[in-house]
Amino acid sequence: MNEIENKETVASTHKIGIYLWIWGLLFVLSFFSYMVDWFQFQGLLRWTLILIFMFLKAGLIMAFFMHLFWERYALVNVLLWPMTAIACFIGLMAAEAKYTVLTRLLYFFTGG
Amino acid sequence: MSDNSLNNLPGGFKGMSQDMGSDQTVFKGVQWGKVMMWIFLLSDTFIFSCFLISYMKGRTSTVVDWPNTSEVFSLHVNGVPVPLLLIAIMTFVLITSSGTMALAVKYGYEKNRKMCGWLILATAIGGLTFVGMQAFEWSKLIHEGVRPWENPFGAKQFGSFFFMITGFHGTHVSIGVIFLFIYSRKVFRGDFDKGKRGFFTSMKSDYVAIEILGLYWHFVDLVWVFIFAFFYLW
Repeated sequence: MNEIENKETVASTHKIGIYLWIWGLLFVLSFFSYMVDWFQFQGLLRWTLILIFMFLKAGLIMAFFMHLFWERYALVNVLLWPMTAIACFIGLMAAEAKYTVLTRLLYFFTGG
Repeated sequence: MSDNSLNNLPGGFKGMSQDMGSDQTVFKGVQWGKVMMWIFLLSDTFIFSCFLISYMKGRTSTVVDWPNTSEVFSLHVNGVPVPLLLIAIMTFVLITSSGTMALAVKYGYEKNRKMCGWLILATAIGGLTFVGMQAFEWSKLIHEGVRPWENPFGAKQFGSFFFMITGFHGTHVSIGVIFLFIYSRKVFRGDFDKGKRGFFTSMKSDYVAIEILGLYWHFVDLVWVFIFAFFYLW
């Protein structure tokens, strides 16, 4: 258990500073991800930046606003491992989409 | 966390293996309602993932150019188009409401009734603002001729994914707003201090309910992070 929680016997409450910090960081990260579009970054740079800011924001929200950082691993792992199934699904459908677009290009434009 | 022995349990993966393998309560120190909310959010994650994955598949596999979201969602300020302006404001509004919710949970556990109530009310108003702006965005796009089956900007699939994904998210926000208003009333009334029994349940109210409500609200914000990245920015 975390040292902050040890002080409180009633319930898990944390210092206000940590919430304000995360809040500020979320604002800054959102601003950065908006800037990605503002400056019209394209291609790999755009996608990389979008993903970095997205995962940072999602991580901060889950870890601190949703208190996962302070939860026991039994709960954290039950929640996070199913995400690997989603990752597999993304992989499968990305491959499927490539196949679909190739067959469409083949039949729509060259007539097979 | 009323059980002090919780603090003496091993943490990390060692703690996890003991929690899981000891033929007893697995989620030690976690109120059951919180676990149930997490399980619900996990299933909701799968639903939103399916939407976003089908969007990925639809967008990748179309041979027609995808509409330029930067232009489609631009607003004109003094005649100058500002890309994604409304979406950016909506993002900031939702993050703001997420912050007030996090503070409401904190003040709830500290039994600070008034601060908790006001912060939940602020969260609800933030959510309401978000839904209002989304309604404006929808009506603007519908006015411009975007339909689930066609649109003037590019690939026809755009409309169906847009209405489905943002609509499902907006529904979540709307349900959240309703519950936020209900819970702010309950907090102001002092239900959680007195342990008043709820309308649907005979169990006593507790401030842990605010954290459970908070989990739902942060999840709505979390989903928006992904929608913002994949649908609007990509």
